Amino acid sequence: MSEFLQFLFSGVTVGAVYALVALGFTIIYNASDVVNFAQGEFVMLGGMITWFAHAAGLPLPLAALIAIVATAALGVAINKLAIEPARGAPVVSLIIITIGASVFLQGAAQLVFDKQIHSFPAFSGDRPLRIGGATIQPQSLWVIGGALVVFAGLWLFFTRTLLGRAVLATSNNRLAAQLVGINTNFVMTLSFALSAGIGALAGVLATPITLTAYNVGIGFALKGFAGAMLGGMGNPKGALAGGFLIGLIEALTAGYLSSTYKEAAAFVVILLVLFFMPQGLFGRKSTERV
Amino acid sequence: MTLLSVEGLGITFGGLKAVNDVSFKVEPGEIVSVIGPNGAGKTTLFNMISGIYQPGAGRVVLKGEDVTGMRPDLLARRGMSRTFQNLQIFQAMTVLENAISGFHLREKGPVLADLLNLPASRRRSREAREGALALLARVGLDRAADREAGNLSYGSLKRLEIARALAMNPAVLLLDEPAAGCNAVETEEIDHLIAEVAASGTAILLVEHDMKMVMRISNHIVVLDHGEKIAEGAPAEVSRNPAVIAAYLGTEEGADADG
Repeated sequence: MSEFLQFLFSGVTVGAVYALVALGFTIIYNASDVVNFAQGEFVMLGGMITWFAHAAGLPLPLAALIAIVATAALGVAINKLAIEPARGAPVVSLIIITIGASVFLQGAAQLVFDKQIHSFPAFSGDRPLRIGGATIQPQSLWVIGGALVVFAGLWLFFTRTLLGRAVLATSNNRLAAQLVGINTNFVMTLSFALSAGIGALAGVLATPITLTAYNVGIGFALKGFAGAMLGGMGNPKGALAGGFLIGLIEALTAGYLSSTYKEAAAFVVILLVLFFMPQGLFGRKSTERV
Repeated sequence: MTLLSVEGLGITFGGLKAVNDVSFKVEPGEIVSVIGPNGAGKTTLFNMISGIYQPGAGRVVLKGEDVTGMRPDLLARRGMSRTFQNLQIFQAMTVLENAISGFHLREKGPVLADLLNLPASRRRSREAREGALALLARVGLDRAADREAGNLSYGSLKRLEIARALAMNPAVLLLDEPAAGCNAVETEEIDHLIAEVAASGTAILLVEHDMKMVMRISNHIVVLDHGEKIAEGAPAEVSRNPAVIAAYLGTEEGADADG
């Protein structure tokens, strides 16, 4: 039982990171139909920039803030420089552009920073908390709490604010949104800033546990993507649930089968979802009127 | 001052002059119709005026300001609103939400006030909701308010699109075949609605195939054929114009030209 609880804790922790990545996928997908595979690089940048600024002598909270703001700015730059000029290109081309952006960010991080593995101190110490015979790191609670707070914030933003509803309107029908006076370019900028900022936050929160290096992004992107697919692409609730589920499946696979198969778990899930449940757990069946 | 002035507008698609040197004016409260055979360039002209296409030549002047090729959201802020022949509706939203979206520019307030659900923010959403319900009643859709827009009939969606456009309280409203796909009763309702809107001071620019409707409600008619303006004037003048009759019925040497 305590063994199961231990797997559960580690699954929920890593699942919270995937949920944040999946939420990032969801926001950009909703605003533009683009699956942004550079999403994982935002997580990497969050961790790497924080480490770099902290190592340069800045206090950790300030370093983290700089990392989040700088990554959000990079997200906006990717939209302006790479996505927007290709407006009107097929969605597949746009997705390939995001893969290019991902490769570019990875290379740039390697040059600007280095190729070593880095970390920085956990926010509330390293003393594990004992719960029911299992242990959990205080930093895990930060990660889980972070995912829940971000989700609640997004929920308020999208349901209560006119700006949030403008984003939803843009995702539903871009031209109609323009017709009622919504600046859809601004909606895109905002979506990329939000996604990148949330990705960076995930990196900041997770790095004390998972460590960071220039090449960790792609793994986060694939797991987060699997989470978003499992929950139903475009649905924030689904992204949250899907991310946590992928983390759990991974931890249980590692615990009860073998940690060799851990990485495969997410991909098996993607395949199963695509074969049997393409709309995901919370996704609606797409109905297109012609 | 002229409300909307179209000056020498033209566009070329792959060497073909889809619209060439078209000019006309729209005054406040006027109903101006653009007619012409299929393929005459009416919708292309609309798409240039409303910023969907960048014109290759000419200017669009709204209330004295050059708005040529301006984005639809910026035109909306300046008082131009339009509907589409093939509909641009938020399919996944309810009918009421669609109508409320038309109040977007008027409902705008600080994001923080929205997040905190402040009284000012609640008042703005209440006003938008009430305004939207009133407009839905005006187009006869109030009983469908809570239905998902994607499930409505084509004729109902046409009226919903008009309601949303009216929510913006536009100075000029472009209607692309508002009566297409509507039955005789619905056509007459739209007919009344357009007259009412024009009477309240909003100028209407109309593309419509229903000739009876055009002749009945227009103050001014612009006739296009093969992308060129071939006639312009009051309904009675235009319907007697030999060039117009030839364009619609074909002349002897051009009888088999595209219809």
